[in-house]
Amino acid sequence: MAVKVIIPTPLRVYAAKKDSAEVSAQTVGEALGGLTAQFADLRKHLFTDDGKLRSFVNVYLNDEDIRYMAKEATPVKDGDVVSIVPSIAGGSAATQTANPQAKVTSLSNEEILRYSRHLIMPEVGMEGQLKLKNAKVLLIGTGGLGAPLGLYLAAAGVGKLGLVDFDVVDFTNLQRQVTFGTSDVGKHKSEAARARLSNLNPDIEIQSFETQLTSANALELFKGFDIIVDGTDNFPTRYLVNDACILLGKPNVYGSIFRFEGQATVFGMPEGPCYRCLYPEPPPPGLVPSCAEGGVLGVLPGIVGSIQAMETIKLILGAGDSLIGRLLLFDALGMKFRELKLRKNPDCPMCGKNRTIHQLVDYYEFCGVRGEEAPAPNLQVPEITPRELKARLDRGDDLYILDVREPHEYQICNIQGHLLPLGELPRRVHELDSSREIVAHCRSGKRSAEAVDFLRKAGFRKIHNLKGGILAWSDEVDPSVPKY
Amino acid sequence: MDAEAYRLNLSHELAEGIRQHGAESFPHECCGALLGRDSAFDDNSAEPSREVLELFPLVNRREDSPRNRFSVTAEDVLEAEKAARQHGLDVVGWYHSHPDHPARPSQFDREHAWPWYSYIIVSVMAGAPAEMTSWRLNDDRQDYSPERIEIRNRAAV
Repeated sequence: MAVKVIIPTPLRVYAAKKDSAEVSAQTVGEALGGLTAQFADLRKHLFTDDGKLRSFVNVYLNDEDIRYMAKEATPVKDGDVVSIVPSIAGGSAATQTANPQAKVTSLSNEEILRYSRHLIMPEVGMEGQLKLKNAKVLLIGTGGLGAPLGLYLAAAGVGKLGLVDFDVVDFTNLQRQVTFGTSDVGKHKSEAARARLSNLNPDIEIQSFETQLTSANALELFKGFDIIVDGTDNFPTRYLVNDACILLGKPNVYGSIFRFEGQATVFGMPEGPCYRCLYPEPPPPGLVPSCAEGGVLGVLPGIVGSIQAMETIKLILGAGDSLIGRLLLFDALGMKFRELKLRKNPDCPMCGKNRTIHQLVDYYEFCGVRGEEAPAPNLQVPEITPRELKARLDRGDDLYILDVREPHEYQICNIQGHLLPLGELPRRVHELDSSREIVAHCRSGKRSAEAVDFLRKAGFRKIHNLKGGILAWSDEVDPSVPKY
Repeated sequence: MDAEAYRLNLSHELAEGIRQHGAESFPHECCGALLGRDSAFDDNSAEPSREVLELFPLVNRREDSPRNRFSVTAEDVLEAEKAARQHGLDVVGWYHSHPDHPARPSQFDREHAWPWYSYIIVSVMAGAPAEMTSWRLNDDRQDYSPERIEIRNRAAV
């Protein structure tokens, strides 16, 4: 059959500028074959490497789309016109893909079954699931926030997960760090998390980094990943993660929690703000307590970490409205979500027009914190150990035990001391008898050291601080007193 | 052909028209056809250049993901070609916007691109049109070459 094939404008350069060709064929497929036989350069623009018509190449027989007929097997007759009509598609990529050559382009049957609930949604589909599989996400911290993060990103099929944590699983973690079980207490967190996530999804690559993130290793570590998720619990690391992400041009999915409130946003995108835009100066050391000091409702990091996982997945898929430039504030007690607009600070020393920070710095110095456990300004106060105290009480000495903790702590455990919370001491100091010998205690010895210091300055001479607090009392004298 | 050889001329008004369409469609991607002609086809000028003389704005057919995807169906293409023919022009390329993303072609762009067409991308940051670039797919389909956009004050006929 003699048919005419109409060549679309963009392909005429490969067909000696002709706008049509005459071919001899029985079917549409043969007609296209005849065309590419005449003009070999057309082949790669019409067909994929495995010989299928590219999805944006539409073929019409006369004025009907062959998809609604027998596709390439559609028979042709003399005088028929086969037209090639482009359709045009495109769009923005949500993330900068680091290694195009390392891309995965298919899913196994098992993966298709595992992710079927993703695949049946047009917003995800095979294309989206492959993006997840090709994504590399680094989790800084595998604790309260890191737990739901790791679980949901692994479940979603993120192809490579990195877990950075140098801590060991502790009994007090189990109230919120739900990747760990009781049998994991004592194990390294990064390894225990890796094992749990690997069990959830053996098809993905999980790398554990049992190391503290520092200015010396951050850049090298981040380079192998596309997205960094900040699930840490201290300010120096927050600034470190931020700066490394800006220097490398990687998004930083941020989440934080405090008692009953949470925050989440996405830093590090070129058009959005960075952590320093929001907090140019870190808070004075000791002002913002950690979870150990302030407490946290266990499920709260579960919610905020899940939001971080959601934002990470949205970045990978390029779907929905991201939290770039938006600070999500969550009030768990009121069960309210609020939002603040975050603008890039044009004068930001890190991500603004005139960058002045070009490398990572000493973040502990920046935050005014020296070492891990920064004690309160060096308080030299007279001390007494729990054993010494016990000995003196057994001897019958007349000692006034002053407990400077909070009322709810007294209910957890006490050694029958007289309760006077530290914050109320200045107001109620007249209740104390300076002629008596006083031993002040709290949970760990820090607050009571401040109390002793205060009272000595107020003229009390016979006063000692119980070294190590009620925790040490439990360890050394009376194990029946619960630790908390 | 190397990058420097590609040149795209369009008037200030048309460039503004593209930016406006991008701003109006924000936060979704906009798309449209570029109608014009190539000077290289008509004469043997030393520097082949392409002139955009009209815009043919289209409706983004990607209703499921219009924030970061656009789609022009074959029917839309035929419409654009018909309009071009009526004005004695060709469809020389396409424009679309990248809401809150740089005006750089993405992996998705590359996988779906046609050679020879000029692809204009305008970045629309938080509703405000920003950078506008133009690109041509390389023959081997592996990458794009940037096309220099030259804005003229008046359309040259």
